[in-house]
Amino acid sequence: MSHQASHSHHGNHHIIAFDKVNKWYGNNFHVLRDINLQVKKGERIVICGPSGSGKSTLIRCINRLEEHQEGHIVVDGTELTDDVRAIEKVRKEVGMVFQQFNLFPHLTVLENLTLSPMWVGRLPKKEAEERAMTQLKRVRIAEQAQKFPLQLSGGQQQRVAIARALCLTPKIMLFDEPTSALDPEMIKEVLDVMIELAKGGITMLCVTHEMGFAKAVADRVIFMDQGQIVEENSPHEFFNNPKSDRTKDFLSKILGH
Amino acid sequence: MSAVFEPIAARPAPVKTEGFLPWVRRNLFGNWRSTLTTVALVALFVYWLPGLADWALFSAVFRTDADVCQAARGSGACWGVVAEKYRLIIFGRYPYEEQWRPEVATLVLVGLLVASCIRTFWKPWLAAVWVVVLAVFFWLMYGGLGLSVVQTDRWGGLPLTIMLATLSIVLAFPLSVLVALGRRSDMPAIRTFCVIYVELIRGVPLISVLFMASFMFPLFMPPGLTIDVLIRVLVGITLFAAAYMAEIVRGGLQAIPKGQVEAAQSLGLSYWQTQRKIVLPQALAMVVPGIMNNFISIFKDTSLVTIVSLYELTGALGLALNSDANWRPFKIEGYLFITAIYFVFCFAMSRYSLWIEKRLNVSKSR
Repeated sequence: MSHQASHSHHGNHHIIAFDKVNKWYGNNFHVLRDINLQVKKGERIVICGPSGSGKSTLIRCINRLEEHQEGHIVVDGTELTDDVRAIEKVRKEVGMVFQQFNLFPHLTVLENLTLSPMWVGRLPKKEAEERAMTQLKRVRIAEQAQKFPLQLSGGQQQRVAIARALCLTPKIMLFDEPTSALDPEMIKEVLDVMIELAKGGITMLCVTHEMGFAKAVADRVIFMDQGQIVEENSPHEFFNNPKSDRTKDFLSKILGH
Repeated sequence: MSAVFEPIAARPAPVKTEGFLPWVRRNLFGNWRSTLTTVALVALFVYWLPGLADWALFSAVFRTDADVCQAARGSGACWGVVAEKYRLIIFGRYPYEEQWRPEVATLVLVGLLVASCIRTFWKPWLAAVWVVVLAVFFWLMYGGLGLSVVQTDRWGGLPLTIMLATLSIVLAFPLSVLVALGRRSDMPAIRTFCVIYVELIRGVPLISVLFMASFMFPLFMPPGLTIDVLIRVLVGITLFAAAYMAEIVRGGLQAIPKGQVEAAQSLGLSYWQTQRKIVLPQALAMVVPGIMNNFISIFKDTSLVTIVSLYELTGALGLALNSDANWRPFKIEGYLFITAIYFVFCFAMSRYSLWIEKRLNVSKSR
């Protein structure tokens, strides 16, 4: 594909590109509608919008947890199709953090982290453990390595989940409402880790309603409603000078109190 | 001025709620109704116990003398029947002077079974040990290489029971996991095949499966080609047990949250890696009680192979007593004897199930 080759030769290429992507759940629920989105390497994007607007589905398409039916999605030069090898390649480069943490409860924290490096990355156990400990230190939770996930607090679990995703040394990190299931007192510790990560220069897409986080780190804020991208803008413009009425209405509801 | 938060120090509960005595007080003498029930049951037990002890022990005949047994009928048990017939009950029609072979073979197999239950031995080489032990088992049982040949129709008793149960469990369990995964597969052909298999087998009693395996199957084979009836029966029991177990395993698979699979996928794990490392360990740990239920029932269902003339433990008891008019009246004692044998095995399995459940669920304790 000449299109891809030309991509990788230019300095300023897009690491993620959505081209007129449409997706349906079943026959009638049109969840993504004509999505066009280009993400530059190192860009930090926050996606917000009402529930059911398709924002989670959008980022889940990037590592093929969801299939799209129309359009093209290219991640780091690889187009996502039914080709299993393409999917495997993309998943090695994309880390994901979920709302419900999704840690493996039957494995210790350390085993949660070494699983993928050992079985997917084919690293020897010792190296995988060293890498895991580095990541655990990065999220400031190294002393919990031998515990099981359910012995940790929600905030600690989510930090382990972030460390687990980082163990694959991904180029892109996806966050799907990472703080929505947390007790209020634990949100900050997770956001702090995410802010640090953002400063490190990794490409980030984050579905969240933490507008403080958006203001602090986002290069771009995307607002979605009914399966469409309604508006995208810099955080400053987005919050102070929203273009559409739908965005204004949404912002008034989440910032209004 | 702001109020100061002063934590109240924790102290123990005023009334002890843990331990044996509090348990007895709460559960056996909690109110007048449970007190009455407890007293009544204890009274009943005390009333029956002497009679039972008298029959089973004090008036019982332990000598291998049929006449004495006959005289004691109605008042005391005749354990002499066990002493007289135990070789026939335990080993069935296996040639008398060669019975050390099934004895050694069974001990080796049971030894391996016990070892396989211990977590330290859950290593890849265990599979190799199984192959070796099974080869030794069949060599000892069948003969050859210096031992006289004993055809499978002479095999019987406890060795046959243990062999049938062990092999059908060992073969049916992995098969059931594959079928359970198959029923949830994205591929319609595999899914349909697994559904048809499970529904067909579940719609038929084990006895008819055994009949088919032993009498009907040979009719469809090309002439000259015969498969030993023991193998056909073994395959029959395996397929039967796997269908039931597959449904139990499927129940476990369904209890695994979708997020677990998604997390594994997002980490790049393949389908089989996801199943092996994430889904199955959790799903199987959840269905240990159901699986063990099935293991126990396979063990006892082996007694049905008597109807196709394979004399395992239950069949061997009939063989031992029916042909001997002197001892035939004491079948009850014989049945109690094999009941005790069945119980030892089933109880061991059941205790092991509880233990393994605890071990596998360590991660759930906070």
